Amino acid sequence: MVERKIRVLVAKPGLDGHDRGAKIVARALRDAGMEVIYTGLHQTAEMIVEAAIQEDVDVVGLSLLSGAHMTLFVDVAKLLKKNGLDEVLIIGGGIIPVEDVPKLQKEGIAAVFGPGTPTEKIVEYIIKNVKR
Amino acid sequence: MSDIVQNILKGDQRSIARLITLAENNDKIATTAMKDIHPYTGNAQVIGITGVMGSGKSTLICELTRLYRKLGKTVGIIAIDPTSPFSGGALLGDRVRMMELAMDDGVFIRSLGTRGMLGGLTSAVYDVVEILDACGKDVVIVETVGVGQAEVDIIKIADTTLVVIVPGLGDSIQTLKAGVMEIADIYVINKADRPGVEQTIAEVESLVDITCSGKDRKTPVLSTIAKQGKGIDVLLQEIEDHRSYLEKTHLFEKQRRLRYEAELVEIIRKRLMSFIFDEQTCKQRINDLLDRIGEKKTDPYTAAEEILGTILK
Repeated sequence: MVERKIRVLVAKPGLDGHDRGAKIVARALRDAGMEVIYTGLHQTAEMIVEAAIQEDVDVVGLSLLSGAHMTLFVDVAKLLKKNGLDEVLIIGGGIIPVEDVPKLQKEGIAAVFGPGTPTEKIVEYIIKNVKR
Repeated sequence: MSDIVQNILKGDQRSIARLITLAENNDKIATTAMKDIHPYTGNAQVIGITGVMGSGKSTLICELTRLYRKLGKTVGIIAIDPTSPFSGGALLGDRVRMMELAMDDGVFIRSLGTRGMLGGLTSAVYDVVEILDACGKDVVIVETVGVGQAEVDIIKIADTTLVVIVPGLGDSIQTLKAGVMEIADIYVINKADRPGVEQTIAEVESLVDITCSGKDRKTPVLSTIAKQGKGIDVLLQEIEDHRSYLEKTHLFEKQRRLRYEAELVEIIRKRLMSFIFDEQTCKQRINDLLDRIGEKKTDPYTAAEEILGTILK
């Protein structure tokens, strides 16, 4: 009986202290049958990638409200790639201006979900796009 | 020997992480790999930590790990949290208290969901301990789910079991109850800066006086404030003393045998269950039998005998 479960790392990079959104998403993914590893606040890109390796996750979800997404999201994406985790699906959320979204996608953040996104949409996206 | 096993023996993080996933998923690759890994196991010291939710188990592990690292020992941590019986999902949050260990090459942390197991552990935990052992970790710490009173499976896997208690959870009758309060090799009263700590220590000590009277080892009762790193050095010393005690009294081999027995039983249970509930083998028969039980044409005992007959023939 092989039983696969989608494993998702939910992380808050950088210095912002608002994790309500991340927690709501984490809970929604849990309720959708996924295993969610929550790492808490104030993570560096290195810490997030190390956790992604050890936890062997399929998805990394990043949440940021401070405005530093162009640096921090991109750092995580680059570091994941550098460590050979090309298969990991990276998604982002938080306060991200629309004009930044295409730039982030170019850097490997597959999708960005802003405030007000129904959690079902995120679940659906992950199930459809998870790579293994 | 497969590449994945060779890489694990070299300590490759991604291979370790991937084999753990395969073991959790009951993948055939894991079965083969675990057979190859067994000869390389048995060196790690296995410490079990159990206690009610919110008692500070993860924080305690973080502090204990820091101390082991100072002594030059490498550490593997297995942190188990409950899987939802409704969605099958899980929120694995123990890592939050351990993130400062994340950048240390000598520490490997893995979070696991219980995936239907009820004893405070998860079915794959035996494999995960062996994998971390084989990759060279000196110490493997297993954190159970936050337990109530009856989740005692940790003693089957750990050389030394710590039961973590916090002040203010009930009167002396609670300490007399069967279950979790019987399994400690060391009692840890954490959050010892909270009111009521003296009473809690006194109650546990009086329990120890009763249960250990006439025995050659008295279960230590320690107090810690994990968040401030207080009492951790004494705890580590007690863990080492317990290990020496096990070796001196030849209880160590007995403990390891108990683990292998538990693992063997778990493998057989898993195989039987997957056979019984496999579509190709028994599923249809079970459905037919359930119909007949409902129609009173047979009963659950006769039906069970019929199914077991198929397996044992």
